[in-house]
Amino acid sequence: MASNSLSGSGWLKQASLLLLLLSGAAMAVEDVVKFSDESLRPRYQQLLEELRCPKCQNQNLADSNSAISVDLRSEVQRLLEQDLSDAEIKEYLKHRYSEFILYRPEVNRATWFLWAAPVVLVLLGGLIVLRLSRRKNSGDSEQADSHVRSVDQQQRLDELLNSHKRGSE
Amino acid sequence: MNRLALFIPFALCLALGAFLFFSLGKDPLDLPSALVGEPFPEFALEELHEPERQVSTADFDGQVLLVNVWATWCFACRIEHPWLNSLATEGVVIVGLNYKDHRELAQAWLEKRGDPYQFSIFDPRGILGIDLGVYGAPETYLVDADGIIRHRRVGVVDERVWNEEFRDLYQQLMDEANGK
Amino acid sequence: MIAEYGHMALIVALCFSVAQAVVPMVGSFVGYRTWMRLGHSLALGQLVFVAISFACLTAAFLQDDFSLQYVANNSNTLLPTQFKVSAVWGAHEGSLLLWALILALWSAAVALFSSHLPLVLSSRVLSILGAISVGFGLFILLTSNPFARILPFSPTEGGDLNPLLQDFGLIVHPPMLYMGYVGFSVAFAFAVAALIGGQFDSAWARWARPWINSAWVFLTIGITLGSWWAYYELGWGGWWFWDPVENASLMPWLVGTALVHSISVTEKRGAFRSWTLLLAILAFSLSLLGTFLVRSGVLTSVHAFANDPERGVFILAFLGLVVGSSLLLFALRGPVVQRQQGDTEVVSYSGLSREMMLLLNNVLLVSAMAMILIGTLYPLIADVLGLGKISVGPPYFNFFFVPMTLGLMVAMGFAVFSRWKKTDVQMLRQKGMVPFLISLSAALILPLFLAESITWESYSMTAVITLGAVFWVVTMSLEDLWQKLDRGSSKAGSLVANASRLKNITKLPGSYWGMQCAHIGIAVCALGVGLSSVYDVQKDVRMVPGDRVAVAGYEFTFDSLDFVQGPNYGASRGQISAYKNDRLVAVLHPEKRKYEARNQVMTEAALDAGLTRDLYVSLGEPLKGDAWAIRVHVKPFVRCIWLGGLMIGLGGLLSILDKRYRRRRQPSGVVAGVGAE
Repeated sequence: MASNSLSGSGWLKQASLLLLLLSGAAMAVEDVVKFSDESLRPRYQQLLEELRCPKCQNQNLADSNSAISVDLRSEVQRLLEQDLSDAEIKEYLKHRYSEFILYRPEVNRATWFLWAAPVVLVLLGGLIVLRLSRRKNSGDSEQADSHVRSVDQQQRLDELLNSHKRGSE
Repeated sequence: MNRLALFIPFALCLALGAFLFFSLGKDPLDLPSALVGEPFPEFALEELHEPERQVSTADFDGQVLLVNVWATWCFACRIEHPWLNSLATEGVVIVGLNYKDHRELAQAWLEKRGDPYQFSIFDPRGILGIDLGVYGAPETYLVDADGIIRHRRVGVVDERVWNEEFRDLYQQLMDEANGK
Repeated sequence: MIAEYGHMALIVALCFSVAQAVVPMVGSFVGYRTWMRLGHSLALGQLVFVAISFACLTAAFLQDDFSLQYVANNSNTLLPTQFKVSAVWGAHEGSLLLWALILALWSAAVALFSSHLPLVLSSRVLSILGAISVGFGLFILLTSNPFARILPFSPTEGGDLNPLLQDFGLIVHPPMLYMGYVGFSVAFAFAVAALIGGQFDSAWARWARPWINSAWVFLTIGITLGSWWAYYELGWGGWWFWDPVENASLMPWLVGTALVHSISVTEKRGAFRSWTLLLAILAFSLSLLGTFLVRSGVLTSVHAFANDPERGVFILAFLGLVVGSSLLLFALRGPVVQRQQGDTEVVSYSGLSREMMLLLNNVLLVSAMAMILIGTLYPLIADVLGLGKISVGPPYFNFFFVPMTLGLMVAMGFAVFSRWKKTDVQMLRQKGMVPFLISLSAALILPLFLAESITWESYSMTAVITLGAVFWVVTMSLEDLWQKLDRGSSKAGSLVANASRLKNITKLPGSYWGMQCAHIGIAVCALGVGLSSVYDVQKDVRMVPGDRVAVAGYEFTFDSLDFVQGPNYGASRGQISAYKNDRLVAVLHPEKRKYEARNQVMTEAALDAGLTRDLYVSLGEPLKGDAWAIRVHVKPFVRCIWLGGLMIGLGGLLSILDKRYRRRRQPSGVVAGVGAE
């Protein structure tokens, strides 16, 4: 079929190819937030969840619809495209909005108690459990064992006595 | 258990009660400005009334001034505006920051209610707002002669707020500036 | 006029509660039996009048009486009837009246079901409950009166209920939650009564246990409902935010769980006595603390009621009085409680005994509670100390809570097999081997099938750990069940063995089935939490009608967008069809509603629920042209979270139904003899 591509069955092929391409384009729905590099998107999501809306009653940037949140989301996107690291982005926003904007408190002089207390509590609790188990274990187990032994012995004695009694009947 | 250890829960309860008592009346959303003590952020934006004029921190011109964030969509701004007008007539230099607004609407708003501002910065996309840590209007910043932010108030600045939070510091800064 | 009747009824109820607080307690010290018995009638009387008051408020809502400030703020003529009823507890004043009603209910229940208790104990319990009712009654009447009128110019239309609350969730979640919170007041009252009387033995534990378990069941279901409600109502697919109000409900639950475990040691072995008392006091104290936090304005929360520092002072004073005095009593009377007459045996238990495992359970649960308390209150403490405004959010709480829960689940597997006094390590090792291997293999292999593609990046360690812990708990629990069923059966042929196993099912007590159900419920819940957070896929896309988008193996087409009118709102309603392998799976209708009265816009998400996955679609903002921003989620196993929660609640319920708590009819002479002094 070495004819002109617009004549005969050739144009049908072209038309269907065009249609296929168009339908493929209809399938390619675009994201509301576009990134030049898709690997930025998970970082974007993560950051939005860790940053607080400065104006709302306790919401993060991902969930809030207030004007400032919309602006700050764009700002985070802009900073990610500028190749800043997560820490740098947080520092940038913290410089402007104070540490209030960070849902993960920094570890510094003001927050050492906050971060240390749970660890200390669990360790303390673990120590109490250990001490209680050792104390009870060493002190009373001997008595308990001897008691158990004597109960055992008593049972055997009873059995012997009973069998002896039966035997003598 | 140790006899004294039984008092630990009671002691903790007292301590907690004290903290809770002192926290009553404090507003958990009253954020301090992270920029107090820092220089006013650099910017290059258009002036509200003269679009061809670019303004920046250079236009602060070594004055002690207030920067007031306002917008036509902000209801509380209408409440504080008369006090700002009276401050301006007393000689307090106020620069406006028109935040995320429409130029024509903003100009009309000022015509109707009076313009206390030496000039107004037009920031329709809120980029200076983000650099300042603005999260809503109205907000007011007190800037000293060296361009350092010395105080920020989120919310209406009326006579009472001015007297409580701004007046003395403003006076002190003015004295320092004039003393030079 | 109805509102005035309601107001008066509340005042009468306050008088009843004052009498209830004073008379039985005095009677218990001087020995007047009539005074002691009076507590029972007073509690019932109080219930009647609080119920009348509550009914009057409900009537005011149903009649659209906008001359009442509270009704005007929270209702509207167009509000559907069921929401007019639930609006009664939709805001501060009404929810306090609900608190008072539920407190009166529990007091009346104690009055009705305590005939087997020594009169001295039951009268003191009722007095303490009465004292708490006095506090709440005064608080309502003095600072938060729902019957306050707006006169002379009362509005003709109300401000409408917050659209987020116009939902089935509001009808069930708060009452269930309050039943739990307030229910712990009974445990509290039992503990304080024991401290006052100085008598505290395993009988006390047996009497108190059903009350503790019931409160705990209600709280479990209340929290589960709240999380489920937030998920489908708030529009962005989250189900727990570590918000201060949410934490305020989780903390009493954690302490309640510790209490439920600790009291079994007290009942069976007489150990952990002071600790159990302390937990009972602590659980209710945390409930009260929660009430303070959400109404005083000291913490920001999406759930907080309109705040007022003046009310805050009142609640804080009440809180300080109740908690402070009970903890002081604990410190002073604690030693008396520890040394009881009739204490012949020194309670001893070894390293891997059930006592030790339950102690470990308590340590982890109370540490988790303390961590949440510190995290929730830290912004407040830092502010008072001048350390600045610090935010503590989900990253902090998850950082600690996840490992603590994992620790609990690992211990749970061992604990099911532990025995009182001493557990044979060899037996444990032998029995645990198969479950361990099953858990390990499941943990390592299943994540390969759960991700969309088998790649190194998609192999999630979180999923491995979650699955490991979940399978560990389930297999160890089932192993223990199998072993218990096998007991008594000889090594005979399998038919005979199976028959005896079946018979053994009926022999196992309700408390055992309760334990198994609750523990497996925790595993199911953890499965949902872990897997949904790892494998959740979300896309925010711009779509016009006709577009389709592929997400996690499903295809979603945006069919159409219409405008619909609801009873009190107008909405843009989209239709989105979901396909899997070209087969239609669901048709979803997300809405963007505008409620006229408050001019408030609300997103109503559309859900297709399934045990293995939820399809979750919501409308974002309208964009240029005909387009809309549409958010599509595929959330695997998220429903297991609430299924697990319900199983935990069911477990608690099964324990309460255990035969040993059924009342045995005893001649009154015996009861009078025991415990009366």
